[in-house]
Amino acid sequence: MTRPPLLAVEHLTMRFGGLFAVNDLSFTAYQNEITAIIGPNGAGKTTVFNCLTGFYKPSVGRLTLSRPDGRSHLLERMDGFRICKDAGVARTFQNIRLFSGMSVLENLIVAQHNRLMQASVYSIAGLFGMARYRNAEAEAVELARYWLNKIGLTAQADWAAGALPYGSQRRLEIARAMCTRPAMLCLDEPAAGLNPRESQELNDLLLDIRREHGIGVLLIEHDMSVVMQISDHVVVLDHGAKICEGRPADVRADPAVIRAYLGPPDDEDLPPDIAADLDSGEAA
Amino acid sequence: MAALPALPPSALAAMLKDSLAAAVVAALLAAPLLGLRLVDSAQGLSLATRFPWIAYAAAAVFCGRLALSLAGASLGRRLKSRPQTTLPLTKKPSNTRKIIGWVLIVVALVLPWLPFADRNLVDKATLLLIYVMLGWGLNIVVGLAGLLDLGYVAFYAVGAYSYAILSQTFGLSFWICLPFAGAAAATFGMVLGFPVLRLRGDYLAIVTLGFGEIVRVILLNWADFTGGPGGISGIARPSFFGLPFKAAAGPGETTFADFFGLTFSPLHRIVFLYYLILALALATNLFTLRIRRLPIGRAWEALREDETACRSLGINPTKTKLSAFAIGAMFAGFAGSFFATRQGFISPESFSFIESAIILAIVVLGGMGSQIGVVLAAVLLCGLPEWFRDLQQYRMLAFGGAMVLIMLWRPRGLLASRDPTIRLPALPDAAP
Repeated sequence: MTRPPLLAVEHLTMRFGGLFAVNDLSFTAYQNEITAIIGPNGAGKTTVFNCLTGFYKPSVGRLTLSRPDGRSHLLERMDGFRICKDAGVARTFQNIRLFSGMSVLENLIVAQHNRLMQASVYSIAGLFGMARYRNAEAEAVELARYWLNKIGLTAQADWAAGALPYGSQRRLEIARAMCTRPAMLCLDEPAAGLNPRESQELNDLLLDIRREHGIGVLLIEHDMSVVMQISDHVVVLDHGAKICEGRPADVRADPAVIRAYLGPPDDEDLPPDIAADLDSGEAA
Repeated sequence: MAALPALPPSALAAMLKDSLAAAVVAALLAAPLLGLRLVDSAQGLSLATRFPWIAYAAAAVFCGRLALSLAGASLGRRLKSRPQTTLPLTKKPSNTRKIIGWVLIVVALVLPWLPFADRNLVDKATLLLIYVMLGWGLNIVVGLAGLLDLGYVAFYAVGAYSYAILSQTFGLSFWICLPFAGAAAATFGMVLGFPVLRLRGDYLAIVTLGFGEIVRVILLNWADFTGGPGGISGIARPSFFGLPFKAAAGPGETTFADFFGLTFSPLHRIVFLYYLILALALATNLFTLRIRRLPIGRAWEALREDETACRSLGINPTKTKLSAFAIGAMFAGFAGSFFATRQGFISPESFSFIESAIILAIVVLGGMGSQIGVVLAAVLLCGLPEWFRDLQQYRMLAFGGAMVLIMLWRPRGLLASRDPTIRLPALPDAAP
């Protein structure tokens, strides 16, 4: 079975002055798969995300998104908001960005802005309460209800989003991103700050999203229990460059990855000058 | 005071220090304001000193500040609680506000027919309604979209001058000019919107403040077009759908009084103007209430909460902001053309910064985004100076004090909670 590609990242480079936050990174994420990007702090994971979702313009590189319906988009050339609107890339944020003063339901309805805007015909159909708009709104509410059930927040639908507990806010942010009906979902550390039970719920939610909605998920994660259990494909970054790529089990056994995370093993050959320094230190 | 013994000495010392600092500031301020006085004597003007007054002022501030700190400590530091940036949501659909709203509308409708309603009261109510309408218009920009606009009066001015010039040059009637004035103001809203799209908060406030002044200065100096400081006078008064309010009919016209078989009274026009602005204001309100529940209105509120998240959901921030600016400006334009037709004379002096400040104060005091809050705040802001008229020279002092008290009591505005624009409906089929 050939795996249809969803996102092809080619030679992505992001330079801030003289600093290469991401250096010549290439990888492919496939439809209907969960791809994880991992790496130690400062490896450039979030920079990759910000390039993908239009918050940064990459210095070099091509980001091709091929939607299941055959359309393809070059993300690096698009305006920030079009990446979600036209290319169908939805994202969540490392530090949750909900509309905290608005209700949970409103958050999910705002996410369906573009469909509703179309139905409201420059707000005119909406202003006069035409059937066309009312139906579209009812549909939007039903989609919201579906996701509320999924994330178990139906009873809190009319609460202010900011009043929810932390774990629920994380799930709501994912549901909000899914309400844009994306082709690819990008999650920036979805398990950060969750307790083991909540992170298990998150795993189930993500597996469910992949299974039932057939979209690709790209996630950045520190929590290895999440990465190892649910990803189909793992890309490891260190200092802005890819050091390893493959199935979770392969990546876990890769010496380069272990070295990036844990530092070089004790018995490894040190550069001669440092070894000499150490020896003289021990002698003294 | 019962709470006094419970206070640790360090807290008391801090309060004393704080009060002392306040007293020093008061003394510095009072020195030129109270301490010096111009005396008109036979030799001409001379300066007299009143040093004791400075001491009184400093002592009063010291005692007041200390009392406030002690009261704050005993009230569990309620005054020091940090105001939240977003309004809390109302838990259940509240009928109270709806009832208040309908009562206010009924009162407004019957006001001119009440026994104590005289020309003066109806005039005042008309002025109040202009502010309510401007407040509702600015509420779209500030309350919903969260764009702090300090130059709102510029759009009011554009509306007023558009009406005046169109009506004088082409002899068009009020009802034809009204949409043009609104469109002109909306266009100005967009023109201002473009350069300031990237700005937020304080920076946006400063640029809009500048824009407001630019418009005023242009009106002042472009004498050929706007009449300069002399303004435009003799603006056509509104007619009742073609029937003028006049004592005697001109050639080939019927006056309002003749048509309805009434005896002429100048009150007719006043009452007509009152209902006109009431209708315009209610239209503004209805529009805002509806658009809040539409995707564009929700996008405004989302933009106020988090612009980055909006972009990540595919909402075009440029279009959304411009539409808020344009629609807010349009209502200011309508209000402006009403103002012009009511006064019959406009000059740049009517559109100074203080007007923007008052309108913004109405919105903030009412509770940002709250429609009824705007009405209450407009009543307070326009009404309080009238009630305090007996205090003569201390009027503005009392007014300022009242404002400070309200902001202490209600730091987020009079009605500081928002109704969600949509609630999850019960499932259509109540299956278990």
